[in-house]
Amino acid sequence: MTSHDTTSRDDKPFAIDAVGLTKIYGSGNTEVVAMRDASMQVEQGEVVALLGPSGSGKSTFLTAVGLINPPTSGRITIKDQLVLDGETAQTNLRAFRRHHIGFIFQKSNLIPFLSAAENVQIAMQLNGQSLGFARRRAIELMDYLGVADRADGLPSMLSGGQQQRVAVARALANRPSVILADEPTAALDGHRGRQVMELFAKVAHEQGAGVIVVTHDHRALDVFDTIYEMEDGLMHKQQHNVQQGAH
Amino acid sequence: MNLAAKDIRHNLGRFALTTFGIGMLLMVVMGMGGIFRGIEEDATLLVTRVDSDLWIVQRDTKGPFAEVSRVPPNLVYRVSAVPGVQSAREFVYHTIQRERNGNLIRIAVMGLSWPTDKGEWVPLISGRILKQNHFEMIVDESLGIALGETIKLGKETYTAVGVTKGMLSLNGDGLALFTIADAQAIQFDQPGEGVRLERASREARGERSELGLRQPSLIEQAVKPSIELPAIARPQLSAVMVTLAPGSHQDRVSEIISGWGDVSVYTQEGQKELLIKGLVEKVRRQIGLFRILLTVIAAIIMALILYTLTLDKIHSIALLKLIGAPNTVILGMILQQALLLGSLGYGIAYLVGQKVFPLFPRRVILNDADLLQLAGVVLAISVLSSLLGIWKAMKVSPNEALA
Repeated sequence: MTSHDTTSRDDKPFAIDAVGLTKIYGSGNTEVVAMRDASMQVEQGEVVALLGPSGSGKSTFLTAVGLINPPTSGRITIKDQLVLDGETAQTNLRAFRRHHIGFIFQKSNLIPFLSAAENVQIAMQLNGQSLGFARRRAIELMDYLGVADRADGLPSMLSGGQQQRVAVARALANRPSVILADEPTAALDGHRGRQVMELFAKVAHEQGAGVIVVTHDHRALDVFDTIYEMEDGLMHKQQHNVQQGAH
Repeated sequence: MNLAAKDIRHNLGRFALTTFGIGMLLMVVMGMGGIFRGIEEDATLLVTRVDSDLWIVQRDTKGPFAEVSRVPPNLVYRVSAVPGVQSAREFVYHTIQRERNGNLIRIAVMGLSWPTDKGEWVPLISGRILKQNHFEMIVDESLGIALGETIKLGKETYTAVGVTKGMLSLNGDGLALFTIADAQAIQFDQPGEGVRLERASREARGERSELGLRQPSLIEQAVKPSIELPAIARPQLSAVMVTLAPGSHQDRVSEIISGWGDVSVYTQEGQKELLIKGLVEKVRRQIGLFRILLTVIAAIIMALILYTLTLDKIHSIALLKLIGAPNTVILGMILQQALLLGSLGYGIAYLVGQKVFPLFPRRVILNDADLLQLAGVVLAISVLSSLLGIWKAMKVSPNEALA
């Protein structure tokens, strides 16, 4: 492996530094290479869009960076801490996820037996926050996302869009260093979708979080600082948005 | 935030129904234990209530409750003469089954050594003790014979002059206390035809014997009623009960009487032990095995229910792992549900049992030690039954949240 810069242009450690990620499923005749030598550096405060057709390896990359599905080889460093070296965890991945990573997925993925507010609260309570604090921040975030009036409703009582906004609130709850979103606006209308993307950008810039968003929604691409594209498991950096990226 | 409670609230109907089912199963386990305690207590109740220091029974038999014991009536006088014996009483005990008001009634007949024993030791709930040598009885309320009511047994009619409670035989039959003479009359009652045949038989035997041929007056004597024949002994007793004089040594008195060749001696505790070991032991093992079986079934059902509840939550568990919930949170959720299921089931078993058990035909006794033991068993099976669900939950990958 060649030498590799671990800091960004402004000498801050990268929020996400994924180098040479390869993921191979199966072996021999059944071997499938889902991701091949994919690298990405996301600076603190940077919002990255990841584009690509279905089956190109976007979700594999996202779950690898999210420390859910370790790569077969490659290294993942988050905020200057090496967390995965190939399949070998360098730290307690679950605890690391709890403290540093916020997830939003295509399906809202809320816990069905918890109310909307409790779904947001649980992320904070697992992180040791008090019930009172967690409740207040949950309502705050839900208010910002326009779903505070449904705080006590169960997920089954919310529309798809409302559920997705609750999931966004949960991902932001712990002020994570990294936010990973897989098609987060799929269930939202254009206006709400853009609002969520702008929220990611705001959070990224204000909190210094690195955000990766897998999206097909080309209407909001101007919100992103950098755009990557994946095809057949290969990662290509496509565009750096100068206006947004030079913050 | 209590995830277990939140999940239960979400599936309240199913959880409540499951808990009720487990409760019913545990009630059966609890009831079986109570039935055994009832049998055990019924078996020793009479020995306890009679409160005799020593029981003298037919040699090499285990006493009147365990098997047939026959001792001669004059044994009472022999025993009374032993140093250290304050009093000796006759004891007659047998069970009869008669039809009354169209129903079968089983009565444990016990003879009181009139006039020494008029039933003063019997705890009466109404009426009085025996006041005459014949035709009176004290009955247990379970027999359904009211105070003042009469019942025909053999050729005589007996009146209930006293009613007692909880005086049961080891089979759970209600006790009726008569004088010894009445108890024996009931025991050895023969229909008229039987008496006539017996007397004819005695006459025939006399006519065939050489003595009868030489002395025909003997044949005339032989056909008289048994009670008029000095050669025919009085009906035998079941046992003799001994009360020791204050300060006398039980072992010493027992040793003297044991030296006689025709009787065996048991202390009160010895008699109880014989009853429990001899008669109740098999019942205890039978019920014990049945309880174990039911407990295992309850554990299996609980395990399957908790496993199903866990399967229903697989996605949520994966999601919790995804957002970084430590294993303790997930284990805690399943374990708390298991413990809640077990403890609520136990509570239901106890409360419903309190209403249902008194309706059982035999006594169901729930004592604190048994209840505590069952609580411990329920706690253990709750934990054990959650293991299957916990094992499944541990195998869940956070990836499954994305599926």
